[in-house]
Amino acid sequence: MKNLLEINNIVKTYGDYKALNDVSLHVPKGSVFGLLGPNGAGKTSLIRIINQITMPDSGSITLDGEALHPKHVEHIGYLPEERGLYKSMKVGEQAMYLAQLKGLSTKEAKQRLKYWFEKFDIYSWWNKKIQELSKGMAQKVQFIVTVMHKPKLLIFDEPFSGFDPINAQLIAKEILQLRDEGATIIFSTHRMESVEELCDYIGLIDKSNLILEGKLDDIKREFRTNTFQVGLDTNNAGEVEEKLRTNFEVTEADFKLLNEGLRLNVKLTQGNSANDLLSYLTSEGQVRHFVELVPDANDIFIQAVNKNS
Amino acid sequence: MSKLNIIIKREFFAKVRNKSFIVMTFLSPLLMVGIGFLVYFLSKKNNEKIKNIVYVDHSGIFSKDDFKDRKTVKYEDYSDLTFEDAKSKVKQGKFYGMLYIPKQDSLELLVSSIEFYSSASPSVGTIESLERKIESRLRENKLNNLGINLSDLKSSEFNASIKLNNFSGEKSSKMSSWIKIGVGAISGYFLMMFVIIYGTSVMRSVIEEKTSRIIEVIVSSVKPFQLMLGKIIGNASAGLLQFLIWGVIITILSIVASSFFGVDMMEAQASKVGPEQMEVIKQSASGGEQLFRELQKLPVFLMFVLFIFYFLGGYFLYSSVFAAIGAAVDNETDTQQFMLPVMLPLILGVYVGFATVINDPSGPISTIFSIIPLTSPIVMLMRVPFGVPWYEIAISMALLLITFVFMVWFAAKIYRVGILMYGKKPTYKDLYKWLKYKG
Repeated sequence: MKNLLEINNIVKTYGDYKALNDVSLHVPKGSVFGLLGPNGAGKTSLIRIINQITMPDSGSITLDGEALHPKHVEHIGYLPEERGLYKSMKVGEQAMYLAQLKGLSTKEAKQRLKYWFEKFDIYSWWNKKIQELSKGMAQKVQFIVTVMHKPKLLIFDEPFSGFDPINAQLIAKEILQLRDEGATIIFSTHRMESVEELCDYIGLIDKSNLILEGKLDDIKREFRTNTFQVGLDTNNAGEVEEKLRTNFEVTEADFKLLNEGLRLNVKLTQGNSANDLLSYLTSEGQVRHFVELVPDANDIFIQAVNKNS
Repeated sequence: MSKLNIIIKREFFAKVRNKSFIVMTFLSPLLMVGIGFLVYFLSKKNNEKIKNIVYVDHSGIFSKDDFKDRKTVKYEDYSDLTFEDAKSKVKQGKFYGMLYIPKQDSLELLVSSIEFYSSASPSVGTIESLERKIESRLRENKLNNLGINLSDLKSSEFNASIKLNNFSGEKSSKMSSWIKIGVGAISGYFLMMFVIIYGTSVMRSVIEEKTSRIIEVIVSSVKPFQLMLGKIIGNASAGLLQFLIWGVIITILSIVASSFFGVDMMEAQASKVGPEQMEVIKQSASGGEQLFRELQKLPVFLMFVLFIFYFLGGYFLYSSVFAAIGAAVDNETDTQQFMLPVMLPLILGVYVGFATVINDPSGPISTIFSIIPLTSPIVMLMRVPFGVPWYEIAISMALLLITFVFMVWFAAKIYRVGILMYGKKPTYKDLYKWLKYKG
C-alpha cells in the first residue's frame, strides 16, 4: 500500500456554494504532504471531511486501504487552524480528557502525556489552568494533544502560527521526527518557506478545484523554465549581450553580484543546452555566476493560481 | 468507557467544580431560609407592638364588652370626656388613634358618622377589625329592635361542608383538592425552573466551546450529536445534584431554625389566618394526620412515573433547543432573539397551569395545553394529581415523544453546522438553510 490516504472525486456544497469540486488527492505513506491554496479555496472543507467532521456530498476516501469509518478518528490527529482548549480546565485533566476521546485508556494516556510533557519540559504546567498559560505555551499543549495517540495520519493546519522562531523550529523538528517514525503528515500553510523546508509532496487547491498535485521536486522540474542567472566579467559587455539576444531569450537580471560586469537572466531556447550557453560565456570573459533559476514553492503557488484565474 | 460517558463526566465535573455552582448550591438555600425567617421575624416583631386605641362613645350603644383588650390591641374608654377634650388628650398621649362614635337619632345615621382620628394613617387591619365590631353590635341592636330573639337566630345558622366522592367510591375533601393543586403546581413550576436554569447552562457551555475554539478538536474525535447529548445529560446530572442538595439543606435548616426560634408551622399559619379561621381548620383537619392520609390517596406511583417521563421529556426537548441556539451564535448577547420563542411556551405553560388547572383540571383549555407537546410537560404534571383519562395521557406522551425526537434531530442539525460557523449572527433564514445541509 503506497498511499495512506486516497481521496477520490470529493464534492461538497453548502447550499448554493460549491466548496469542493471533484477533488482527488493521494497522500503517500510516510510523507509530508503540503496542502496549499489561497484563502477560501476549500482546504478547510477538505480537512474537515477527512476528519469526518462533515460528510462529502459524493466521492470516497480510504485510509490505509479501508473506507473511512468513524473508528478511524483514533488514527487521525488534527491541529485546527483555530486553536482552542477549555480555558478554565487544568492542563493535565484536559489532555487526559482529549486522550480518552481519542480512545486511549487512562493508563496509556498518562504514560504518553508524561513522555511528551517531559520532552517539552512542561511537566510543571500539569495542574495549571489554560488561562494561566501564554499563547505559545498553550500551543505546545495543543501540539501534544494532537500527536499523543500516535496517529497514522496527522493533519496540521498552520502549525507554526503563534510560535516564536525557536519554538517553531522545535515543532518543525518534531514533525519531521514523527514522519520518520512512520506517521503521514498533511500540512496546510501559507508560509511557503516552511513548505520548502518540510514537504515532500504538495497539492494545490484553488477555487474548489485541485489544480496541482505531486512530488515537490517533480513539480519544480515541471515549472522550470531553463533560465539561468549569468554573471560575466567582460570588456565588451554590449557586444556580448547583443550576441546572446540573437541566440537566447534574455531578460533583465534580478540578482546582485559583488563585481561590476554583465548581469543577465538567460533562458535557453529550442535547440540550445546549458553547455552551449556556458561555453559561449567562457569564451567571452570570466564567468562569475551561473545558476539555474529553480522555481520555489512560492513561485509555483503564484504561477499556478494566476494561471487558474 | 464509552465516549458519551467520558463527555458526560467532563461536563458534570466542569459544572460542579465551577465556583459559582458551589456558591449557588450552598448559599442560596441559606439565603432562602434566612430571608424567609427574617420576613417572619420582622412581621412578628411588627405585630408585637401594642396599639393603644381610645374610644369615645357618645351614643351609649357600645360597652366594654365590645372593646375587649387583645394581645396587641388595648382599648381605653374616654366616653366621659367631650369630643374636644378627648381629642386633645389623645393627641398629647402615646395613643395609636381615637375612635369617635357620636350620638345620633337612628342606627342608620350613626353607622355613617363614626370617625377615627390618628396622627399616622392607621393600618387597614385595625380599621377593618373596628368596623367588624361596630357592624356586629349595630346588627344585634337592630335585630333586638325588630324583636328577633338572638339565640333563635344563632340556631338557624348552618355550616355546609359537602363531602366529595368519585364513582369508584373514594372519598376526598376540599383539603385533598388543595394538596393536589399544591403537588401539581410544585412539580410544574419545578420543571420550568429546571429547564430554564439548566437549559441556559447547556447553551452557555456550547457558546464557551465555540468561543474558546476547542469545538473543532472535539468534533474531530466524537460526533457532534454525542457531544450535544453528553452536554445535556451532564448538565442535568449536575442540576439534579444541586436540587437534591438544596432539598436536604432547606429541610435541615428549616428544622433547625424553627426549633431555634420556637416556631412551628401551625403557629406561623395562625398568625396569618387569624384565630377564628384557625379554629375551623383545626376542626376540619386533625393536622398532619389527615394531610398524610390525603397524600396517600393520591395516585403516587402513576404520578412518580409521569413526573419522570415529563421531566425528562420536557428537559431534553428544551435543552436540545438551547444547545442549538448556543451553537448558532458566537456570544451570549446574540441569543436573545432566539430565546423568546423558547421561553414563551414555558411561561405560557405555567400561567395556563395556574390559571385553568386549579379552577377546572379537566376543562378544555387545560386539556388542550396538556396535549400540546411544548406545554404538556408542565400542564400535564399539574393535572395528573386530579386524575386524567388514560387516553389523554397516552396522546400527550406520544406527541411529546414524537416532538422530542423531531426536536433533537432538528437541534442536532443546527448544532453540527452552527458550531463551526463564526462571524455573522445568523438569521432564521440561515438556520433554515443549515437544516438542508448534508452531514
